[in-house]
Amino acid sequence: MFDFTSMTTAIDSYLNSVLPSSAATLIECAIIAVCVIVAYLVFAIIMIFMERKVCAAFQCRLGPMRVGPWGLLQVFADVFKMLIKEIISIKNSDKILYNLAPFLVLMSSIITFSCLPFDKGLQVLDFNIGAFFIMAASSFGILGILLAGWSSNNKFSMIGAVRSGGQMISYELSMGLSILTLVVLSGTMQISEIVETQTKGWFIFTGHVPAFIAFIIYIIAGNAETNRAPFDLPEAESELTAGFHTEYSGMNFGFFYVAEFMNMFIIAGIASTLFLGGWAPLYVPGLEGFNSVMECIPGFVWFLAKTFFVIWLLMWIRWTFPRLRIDQVLALEWKYLVPIGLINLLIMTICVVMGWTF
Amino acid sequence: MNLVLLFTMVIASVAFVGAAMILTRWISPRTFNRQKSETYECGVPTQGQTWIHFKAGYYLFAILFLMFDIEAVFLFPWATIVQELGMKALVGVLFFLFFLILGLAYAWRRKALEWK
Repeated sequence: MFDFTSMTTAIDSYLNSVLPSSAATLIECAIIAVCVIVAYLVFAIIMIFMERKVCAAFQCRLGPMRVGPWGLLQVFADVFKMLIKEIISIKNSDKILYNLAPFLVLMSSIITFSCLPFDKGLQVLDFNIGAFFIMAASSFGILGILLAGWSSNNKFSMIGAVRSGGQMISYELSMGLSILTLVVLSGTMQISEIVETQTKGWFIFTGHVPAFIAFIIYIIAGNAETNRAPFDLPEAESELTAGFHTEYSGMNFGFFYVAEFMNMFIIAGIASTLFLGGWAPLYVPGLEGFNSVMECIPGFVWFLAKTFFVIWLLMWIRWTFPRLRIDQVLALEWKYLVPIGLINLLIMTICVVMGWTF
Repeated sequence: MNLVLLFTMVIASVAFVGAAMILTRWISPRTFNRQKSETYECGVPTQGQTWIHFKAGYYLFAILFLMFDIEAVFLFPWATIVQELGMKALVGVLFFLFFLILGLAYAWRRKALEWK
């Protein structure tokens, strides 16, 4: 496998040789920041385009076709349109919180995005408590959504924000429990080590039944975390206009939109990292020839293929199921997912202690 | 180094949002009329304030969430050393989860999980 750390250390040693070390660190940080923001935007554009085309395919339509070949430039046109829209300030709103909300949402989304391992050594934030850090950073975005609904002096936004708070904190539990199940299996919380372990078999295969149950729980909880149908109560169009971002115009609204799509990408990226092996190629014990062929495919291709597979699953769910009511949403979490998650954690512990894993 | 990078990401995200806001304020048109700054809601004039007492059901779930979230904080360090401790880890967590599930069962029994 190609190791990206050789590339980064080469850049690092070159910069340190021509510049004093503090200036070199500053330039490196700037390069990393620009790379992450650009990658974030590129993936956001790909996701929005993909959502439209997949949605169209599920409804037997063509989707955007006019702007550019197959509508490829549609998203760029939309972004430009959003940029030239006026940002309106609402009367009687809480100005500071109103303007702070998009910052919080984007910050949580970008920090979580930079924890994803795109390839060996191609990961920005790699804490030794990685899995826990990802949960902490992603739950940060709820604050932004709550502030957005609270501060815009609109009853529908308020209902949307409170619903969103209730739903997202609830589903964070079962998300945490399924990540915990995987940490029991891997024995480490560091993302790079988790992926490294999976070069000898993905966790969904080595952890067999409990890992698979955890994967399904994770997909359901992740879908609820991103506020997408069937869990899109916070922004139910038919009941609440647009939910917590009704009063936002132009690019302010665009930030919420982008963050929502990128949260879906992040959920799918974490799912592919923890369950499907991240950048680790498919490994079948005993088939040496097959394994060496699989290793020829670069790591980031594996990562993106798995991530987009999970995204496609999420979109399939989005365009298939009708919306739940708030009592159904909370009952599903507290009466089904949490007990199942706790028992699943016990089963996984028994499997690990007894050595019943592959 | 990791903390420096975390700090970098925070600054980068704030700068990104700030730059986009400044750009859009710079290139977008500016007009003023009295109706525009009204709350949109659903088209009719807004009645009174939004910041009122709200349904207590959400509050109940937030309290339940606190209990289980702290449990997750306790379980994460345990999860990393299950393989070293072996049987001891299993017995220890059985007690922990027993009391936790007892708490959930109590809440369930007292109808705290029903949406009223």
